[in-house]
Amino acid sequence: MSTIIPFGPQHPVLPEPLHLKITLKDEIVTEAIPMLGYVHRGLETLVSLKDVDQMVQVVERVCGICSCIHAHTYCMCVEGILGIEVPQRAEFLRIIWSELHRMHSHLLWLGLLADAFGMESLFMHCWRIRERVMDVMEATAGNRVIISVNKVGGVRRDLSADQIRWIRQVIDELEAELDKIKPVLTNDYTVKKRTVGVGVLTKEQAYELGAVGPVLRGSGVAQDARMTGYGAYKYVDFEPVVETDGDSWARTMVRFRELYQAIDIVRQLINKLPDGEISVKVKAAKPEGEIVCRSEQPRGELMYYVKGNGSKFLERVRIRTPTFANVPPLLAMLPGIEMADVPVVALSIDPCISCTER
Amino acid sequence: MALETKNIAKNQLVAEVKSLKAQGYRFVTMTCVDLGDGFDLLYHFDRDLQMTHLRITVLKGDTVPSISGIYFAALCIENETKDHFGISFDGLVLDFGGHFYLEEEVKRYPFCKVSVQESQAPKEGN
Repeated sequence: MSTIIPFGPQHPVLPEPLHLKITLKDEIVTEAIPMLGYVHRGLETLVSLKDVDQMVQVVERVCGICSCIHAHTYCMCVEGILGIEVPQRAEFLRIIWSELHRMHSHLLWLGLLADAFGMESLFMHCWRIRERVMDVMEATAGNRVIISVNKVGGVRRDLSADQIRWIRQVIDELEAELDKIKPVLTNDYTVKKRTVGVGVLTKEQAYELGAVGPVLRGSGVAQDARMTGYGAYKYVDFEPVVETDGDSWARTMVRFRELYQAIDIVRQLINKLPDGEISVKVKAAKPEGEIVCRSEQPRGELMYYVKGNGSKFLERVRIRTPTFANVPPLLAMLPGIEMADVPVVALSIDPCISCTER
Repeated sequence: MALETKNIAKNQLVAEVKSLKAQGYRFVTMTCVDLGDGFDLLYHFDRDLQMTHLRITVLKGDTVPSISGIYFAALCIENETKDHFGISFDGLVLDFGGHFYLEEEVKRYPFCKVSVQESQAPKEGN
């Protein structure tokens, strides 16, 4: 006999309202249906009310965790249509802040995961480390999360020599802190018991179902939008972080290793940071034409489609966020697992419902 | 600046998508653009970080073949597009009936400049 159980929209492990209609046979999940719409805001329609420059602030509010990357991708689109070349220093600064966002997002998620499987001390350690990143954000941009540094043509803020020295010191400390929690994440019985072999997504399934980010790379596909070399990534030496098991453990490890990767990228960028202007002046932008740009958010590939009609208001902005792409893979991970594992597996895609529904 | 798209007819869509899948393309997403009396539907695919785009143009009220049977990943965006623009997809593997996001009391398509339902509704007093 089958039973249908609602998972969410309010659930202790979910910071946002995700609702899954779970069909169970005994304790085993046989089907999961997503029920969305609790935080749908229709932000894309604001293009008819907000001009090209004001839309930067709108897209930053699509997601609280990776606001900087939303703004960066949108700006890349507008700059691409207008043929604007952004100063090299601005490209570097954009990626430094983007990687700081990746760090704080992954640490936030690791804390939430630890909380989900009942390891309160690990949760607190992750969030304590994350606070160091937030301090950098606040000191360099004036805000902790929605930092509003991007604008069409470059960035609004520069980093002073003192700030650069301080960031270098902070990321060294961060690396040491990560080394301390690494044995817990990689060797602890509880962590492995709840994640190893749970919610498996094969390489073929991940690709076929359109998975992105750590979900895709955790299943053994070495795809990372940063490898396209947008922004300052073309000046950085790095490889996508890949795990092959496709389970919740693999996705956790991808994110944890990406923390070290983000530190390394920030270090490389700081060492190579060129002098010069941080923006070019863009007067009354009236883009005409269509463009698609992609970037790599902490949760995966982000795609923007922008269409301008020659006026100061864009005709269409379409945002495909990573969690939106990871919903079908989640539906494939759940059948066959126990109901008690659903919260951890659902969290393992790092769901951002604010992004998904926009 | 022009986005390079392959413009195809609605009845070619399924065959083209099947061909892209056979070539190893991953479905990225679909974009719907309101043209006033019709819609542009752009289908975005990726292989080895190279994107390719298909475009079909349909009139408002037209039914479009679903590609969710070929790429299950298209399930969410086709349902979203139905919510936002009122486009019906024939053969959707899981059809939320225009209520993927929206509650049942919502009668208009919020992303349309002039929605089909709104323009066809009898005016008050008629």
